[in-house]
Amino acid sequence: MKFTLSWLKDHLDTEASVETIVDTLTRIGLEVESVENPAEKLAPFTIAHVLTAERHPQADKLQVLTVDAGSGETLQVVCGAPNARAGMKGVFGPPGAYVPGSDITLKVAAIRGVESRGMMCSVRELQLGEEHDGIITLPDDAPTGENYAAWAGLDDPVIDVSVTPNRQDCMGVHGIARDLAAAGLGTLKPIAVAPIAGAFPCPIEIRTDDPEGCPAFFGRVVRGVRNAASPDWLQQRLKAVGQRPISALVDMTNYVMLSYGRPLHVYDLAKLEGAIVARKAKPGEEVLALNGKTYRLDPSMTVIADDAGVHDIGGIMGGEHSSVTEATTDILIECAYFDPEGIARTGQKLALTSDARSRFERGVDPAFLDTGLAIATEMAIALAGGEPSEIVRAGEPPLGTKIVEYKPDRAKALGGVDVPADRQQAILARLGFDVTTGAAWRVTVPSWRRDVDGAADLVEEVIRIEGLDRVEATPLPRAPGVARPTATAEQLLERKVRRTAAARGLNEAVTWSFIAEAEAAPFGGSAWVLANPISEELKAMRPSLLPGLLAAARRNIARGADGIRLFEVGRRYLADGERPTLAFVLAGDRGPRHWRNGKAAGFDAYDAKAEALAILAAAGAPVDNLQALPGASGVYHPGRSARLSLGPKNALAEFGELHPAALKAFDLEGRTVVAAEIFLDAIPQKRGATGHMREAYRPPALQAVKRDFAFLVPLATQAETLLRAIRGADKQAIVGVSLFDVFTGQGVPEGEKSLAVEVILQPGEKSFTDEELKAISERIVAAATKVGARLRD
Amino acid sequence: MSDLDQMSADLLGRIAGASDLAALESERVHALGKQGAITQLLKSLGGMSPEQRQEEGPRIHGLRERVTSAIAERKAALEAEALERRLATETLDMTLPAEPRLQGSVHPVSQVMDELAEIFADLGFSVATGPEIEDDWHNFTALNIPESHPARAMHDTFYFPEDEGGERKMLLRTHTSPVQIRTMVKEKPPIYIIAPGRTYRSDSDATHTPMFHQVEGLVIDRGIHLGHLKWTLETFLKAFFERDDIVLRLRPSYFPFTEPSVEVDVGYSIEKGKRVIGGSEGWMEVLGSGMVHPKVIAACGLDPEEWQGFAFGCGIDRLAMLKYGMDDLRAFFDGDLRWLRHYGFSALDVPTLSGGVGA
Repeated sequence: MKFTLSWLKDHLDTEASVETIVDTLTRIGLEVESVENPAEKLAPFTIAHVLTAERHPQADKLQVLTVDAGSGETLQVVCGAPNARAGMKGVFGPPGAYVPGSDITLKVAAIRGVESRGMMCSVRELQLGEEHDGIITLPDDAPTGENYAAWAGLDDPVIDVSVTPNRQDCMGVHGIARDLAAAGLGTLKPIAVAPIAGAFPCPIEIRTDDPEGCPAFFGRVVRGVRNAASPDWLQQRLKAVGQRPISALVDMTNYVMLSYGRPLHVYDLAKLEGAIVARKAKPGEEVLALNGKTYRLDPSMTVIADDAGVHDIGGIMGGEHSSVTEATTDILIECAYFDPEGIARTGQKLALTSDARSRFERGVDPAFLDTGLAIATEMAIALAGGEPSEIVRAGEPPLGTKIVEYKPDRAKALGGVDVPADRQQAILARLGFDVTTGAAWRVTVPSWRRDVDGAADLVEEVIRIEGLDRVEATPLPRAPGVARPTATAEQLLERKVRRTAAARGLNEAVTWSFIAEAEAAPFGGSAWVLANPISEELKAMRPSLLPGLLAAARRNIARGADGIRLFEVGRRYLADGERPTLAFVLAGDRGPRHWRNGKAAGFDAYDAKAEALAILAAAGAPVDNLQALPGASGVYHPGRSARLSLGPKNALAEFGELHPAALKAFDLEGRTVVAAEIFLDAIPQKRGATGHMREAYRPPALQAVKRDFAFLVPLATQAETLLRAIRGADKQAIVGVSLFDVFTGQGVPEGEKSLAVEVILQPGEKSFTDEELKAISERIVAAATKVGARLRD
Repeated sequence: MSDLDQMSADLLGRIAGASDLAALESERVHALGKQGAITQLLKSLGGMSPEQRQEEGPRIHGLRERVTSAIAERKAALEAEALERRLATETLDMTLPAEPRLQGSVHPVSQVMDELAEIFADLGFSVATGPEIEDDWHNFTALNIPESHPARAMHDTFYFPEDEGGERKMLLRTHTSPVQIRTMVKEKPPIYIIAPGRTYRSDSDATHTPMFHQVEGLVIDRGIHLGHLKWTLETFLKAFFERDDIVLRLRPSYFPFTEPSVEVDVGYSIEKGKRVIGGSEGWMEVLGSGMVHPKVIAACGLDPEEWQGFAFGCGIDRLAMLKYGMDDLRAFFDGDLRWLRHYGFSALDVPTLSGGVGA
C-alpha cells in the first residue's frame, strides 16, 4: 500500500516529521517497506528561462541556447531537442547534477566545439514519465530559478507500507491515518461529505439476486458528465503511488479506493440494457475484463450483469464492454458489498488479482456504503460535472454489531505489558472501539475491524499502540536441577548414524525431497506426485534418497571431483508413511592416488557393504545376525547387490553396485558407482530401560587356539553358507570364524574355488587335549562337507 | 708382575682389540673354551695343595670374571656399533607424504539442528516431529487459516491431487506449525517443544528455495505471556550466537494462529563488511511469533481459558547463514563436495553446553 505524505495529511492533522511517521508506522505493525522522495534526486534541477536559441554552427540538429537559471548569469547550453525555442520555460540541470533517467552526471563540456554549461531536461531524463520527444515545457509564469520539484509539487515523500492480511482498514489512507492518530501522532480528520440529494429518480433498475455473494448493491446514475483527463493534482498522486491515470471518472474510483479502502465501479449507462443485477454466473458465461483477458465463469461466482450479459466479475474486475470512455455522458456508480469468502474463491479459481479483490476478500467496511457512494458522487461531479439521480439501495450490508468482553488485566496476563485501564480505554477509543467499563468491559468493535473478535485481539490493539518495546523479558519457569535429556530414541539414532557416517569419511548432503517422476520409477514409482510442481524435475516425492545423491554425484563429477562419498539422512515418502533413512553413494576413486598404492582404485560393492555394516552397527543393529539376501531394488546390479536382512522379510538395508541402466539414466555411464540405503525405522531397538550397569567382566582364563582350514567348494556356493556351517559345528568351543582367503586358479579344479577359514577355539576350564582338538576339527570338516565343501589337500 | 697378572693384561688387551664379533668369539674360545688358557688354569687347581688352592683359587676365579665381563662389554659395544652401522643404511625419506585421511562432514543444517536441540533442552524443551506430507486441517484449518483466508494464498502451497471424495486435501507442509497442532492434540500441557524440519513453498529465487528448514517453538502452560516469549528468544539467540549483546526488537504483525502476533528483529552490526548478529546498528527480521490464538488452542481440544502460551517459527537455513556466513541458500541443497567440506562440520563437533554450541 503506497501513499504520499501530503495524501496522508489530507486525513491526519499532524506536525510529525516523515521520519517520525515512518518509525511509528513500523512500531504499530504497519511495516514500512520503503520511503522515497522523488524531489530528493531532483534537488539540483531548477526552472530556467530560455533567452535565445541559435543553430549550432557545426550541427544541424543541435541548438545553442542561452539560459537564465536564476543565478544572475547567462549560461550557454547546447540542446538537441527540436522543441527548444527562445522565450520558453524549462527545467535546467547545472554541471554536477546527476540525471537519474540517463544515469550520467553533468559537467561542463564542449559539444561539437561549443561549450555547454548544463542541460535542459526531458520528462524521461528526470524519470517523471516515458516521453522523450523534447524537453519539458513549463507554463510561462513558472518562476525562473526556483527548485523545479518543489514548484511542481513533487516534494512529497512516497511511503510504501506492507499491510498484513487482517488489516483491510489500512488498505486506504484514512485507515492508516486513524492508526497513526491512535498512536499519538496527530488528529484524524473527520470525513466531511454531505449527502447529495438526487435530482431525479434512478433510471435503471438495480437488484441483487445473489444476497449471499452480494448482500448489498447501492448505486446511482450521474447524467451529463464529460469524462476527460483528470486534473494534474489527481494524476500526480496516482502516478506517485504507481497507478496509471486513465480518465477522470476511472481515476476517481481508484482515488476513493486508495483513500478509503472502498472499491467502486463506474458503468457507461448507455451500454447497459434493462436492469443491472448481482447474480450468480451461468455455466460457461464469459466476460472480457478490463485487463484485456476473457474469463470463463461458473455458477459459484458472483457477477454484475444486465439483460445482455455479464459486465463485471463482482468485486474483482469490471468488464470492457460497459467501461467508461471519453464519449460517455451518463454513468452508473456501483458501491456494493461482496462476501469476502466468495471473492477469495472466485479470485483463486480465475487466478485473477486486483486492487478491488484484495480489499473485498479481506472484508471492506460494511457500514461505509452510503458514505462511499456520497464521496464518489461528489468527486465525480467535481471532476466531470453532471447531475445525480436518487440512490438505489438493493439488499443490506451485514451490519451485525460485535461486542467483545474484555478484562483490562489481560494486557498484562497475555501481552506482558502493564497498561493502566484508563489508558487502555483511551487507546481503544482512538481506534474507534466503544468501551463500556465495568467488572468486565463490553467493547463494541467498529464496523471496519472485521479482524477483531476476542479479548486476545484487544490485547494486541492495546499493546501495539502502547509499544511492544515495553514488553519486559520474563524468564520461563525452570525445573530444579540439571536439564533432563529430551531426545527421543529416533532422534538419537539419527544423530548416531549421521556422525558415524561423517567419521568414516562420508560427506553429508541435503537434497530435494522431490525428484522427477522418471527417477522414482526404478523404486516402484512415487506414491506422492505434486499437482502443482515448480518443475518436472521437482515433482514426485522421493521413494528413495538415491536419485538425489546420484544427481549430486553427477554434478560433482562434472566439477572434476575424483572421489565422491556422499550421504544423506532424510525421509522416503511411501504410500503408508514417511520413513527415516540413511543413504550413501560412493563413486570415483576410493582414495586419492598415493605413492604407497600406486594408481587409484575404484569402489566396489564390498565398500558399500562395509560402510553399511559399520553404520548399522553404530545404530545398534545385530550385524552378526544379518544375512545378505538377494532381492535389492531395481537400481542395483542384480548379481552385485543384496539386502541385509534379519530373516527373509525384515530388510534393514540394501547395498550394491548400481545397475548400468540406472547409471545411464543419471548420466553416470561407464563408471562404477556403489550405494546403500539403510532403513532406520527397520532397525530393532533395545526395549525397556536397561540402566547403565554393564555385565561383569570375565575374561577367559585360558588363551584361545587358532586353526586354519582350506575348503574347496563349487563356484556358486556362497561363503556365508560355509561359514555358518562351521560356526554351527561346535557352538561351545568355536567363538570366531573368519574367511581370510578366496582363491581360484592354479591348484583349484575348474568350477571350484578355495575358501580359507580361520577358526578360533576357546577352551573353558582346562586346555584342549590333542584328542579334543582333533575331534573338533573333524566336526568342522564334517559340517563343511554337508554343505558341499571338501577339505583341500 | 706375576704370570697371572701378565696373562690378565694379555687377555684383556686381546679382547679390547677384537674388531668384530667373530674375533671376539675366538678370543673367548682362546681364554674360556675347553682348551682355553683360563680353563687350563682352573683345571690346574685340582692338582694343588689346599694351601696353594686357597691362595691361587681366588686369583684364577677373579681373572675368569674379569675376562668374562670384558668379553660381554666388548660384545655389547661391538653390537651397538654394528646396529649403528645398519641403521645408518636404513634411512627413509621422512618427507614423503602420509596417506591422507578421508575427511567426512556433517551438513550445517544438521549441525544447527543439533545446536538448537542442545540449547532448548537446557530450557526444558523437547524435540517433536511430524509428517511433511500434511493434510489441509493440520497445516491450515486448525491454525485458524480457513479455506478462503488470504493467508493461504500467501503460503504458495504445494498440493497433491485431491482424492476421489475430495475430503482430505494433502499438501506439503508450508511451515512446521502443524507440529504444534499434533503435539497439542496428543499431549497434555504443560508443553515445551521445538519442532525442526523440512518445509516447502512454491517459491524459487536467490533467497528462496522450494524446500527449506524451519524450527517451530511452542510453549503451552499457565500464565505464559509475551514477556516469556521475549526472554526465551533472547536467551536462545544469546546461546546460539554465543554473544551477550543480542538485542531484540518486537514489532506487531499478523499470523492467523497467534494473537497478539509479533515479528522479531535482531540487531546486527557490520564487522569486516559482513552483517553480524549482535549490537544494534541495524535490524533484520529473523522470527515470526506470538501468543497462540485461543481458537488454535480450542481446535486442539484444550481450554483457552486455562492454557495459554507462545509459538515462534524461524528459518534454520537462515540461522546457519547468519552464524556461519554462507550467503547463498541454494548451495545448501546442491551437494557440492567443496561446499560441504568448507561449511560442514567434523563428526566430533558435537554441540554441548559445556563446550559451547558453536563449532
